[in-house]
Amino acid sequence: MITLEKVRQRAESDAKTYGYYLHPDPDFLKDLLEGLKRNEERYGYPSCPCRLASGKFELDRDIICPCDYRDPDVQEYGACYCALYVRKDLYEGKTPILPVPERRPMEKQVRTYGTAVAQSALEKPAEKAEVTPQESAAEIKLKLWYCKQCGYVVFREEPPYICPICKAKRELFAEIKIHVDIRG
Amino acid sequence: MDIVKVSGKNNKHKVLMYAISTCAWCKMAKNFLKNNHIEYEYIDVDLCSEEDKEKIRQDILKRGGHLSYPAIVIDDKIVINGFRKDKISEALEI
Ligand code: SF4
Repeated sequence: MITLEKVRQRAESDAKTYGYYLHPDPDFLKDLLEGLKRNEERYGYPSCPCRLASGKFELDRDIICPCDYRDPDVQEYGACYCALYVRKDLYEGKTPILPVPERRPMEKQVRTYGTAVAQSALEKPAEKAEVTPQESAAEIKLKLWYCKQCGYVVFREEPPYICPICKAKRELFAEIKIHVDIRG
Repeated sequence: MDIVKVSGKNNKHKVLMYAISTCAWCKMAKNFLKNNHIEYEYIDVDLCSEEDKEKIRQDILKRGGHLSYPAIVIDDKIVINGFRKDKISEALEI
C-alpha cells in the first residue's frame, strides 16, 4: 500500500525537477496528497484529486498526476488546477492562489460520466439506445507524436501542451505515421 | 444518491454543492459555508453510482454550469463553479 510520505516525496521530487513549488499551506497540501493516495488506492493510479475520474485508465490517462494540463496551467495561472504545484511567486505569497479554470477539453470530461450507462447501452444494440456522449475506452486512438525540437516521442491520444523535455509548445509536435510495407 | 445535509442558522437560500470527496477546494468550500452558518446539502459525486453521475452531469449542464467542482447550485438557479469566495458570498448575501 502506498504511504502518504511516498506520495509527498513523489510530488516534491517532481516539483523540484520542473522548478515548481508545492502549495504553501500545509493543511491544504495534506488534503491534496491524501486525495492522491486515496485515488491510487481506489483506482490503481493517482488521478487528479480535484477532478472526477472514471476509474478506467485509458479514459483517465490525461488526469493522472501530474496531469497533461499542469504545465500550461502553471505557466498561465501560476498554479495547476488543484494548486498542488505552484510557481515561486504564488508559493511566496506575492501572488494570490486563485481557482484555475478547467483546461481539460469537454469531450474528455464527459467521458467520465455514466460509463456503466454507456456500457449497458452498447450491450443492447438492437434497441435504439439513447445517445450518450461517452466513448468506450476501446475507441480512443493512440498515436505516436514527436517533438520537432528535441525528438521526444510520446504514444498518446494527443501531443502534450508543452514538451516535458525541451518545453517546446504543442505546435512543434508532429504525428509519426508508420507504414508497414510487406513485399515479396 | 447520498445527499448530506449540513444544518446552519442561515437558511435564506437553498444551497446544493456537488463536490468530489478528495478535492481540497471542495473541502475549503464546505468549511466556508459551515463557518458562515449556511445551511446546505452536498453530494460527493465520485462516490455516486454511474447512473447518478450521469444525472448530476445533466443537472449541472442544464443549469448552465461546468463540470468542475465544487459546483454550487443556489436556489435551483445559478451554478458557481470553483471555490470563488466573492461570487458565493454575493449570491448568499453574506
Ligand atoms: S491539477 Fe495538479 S494535482 Fe491535479 S492532477 Fe494536475 S498536477 Fe496533479
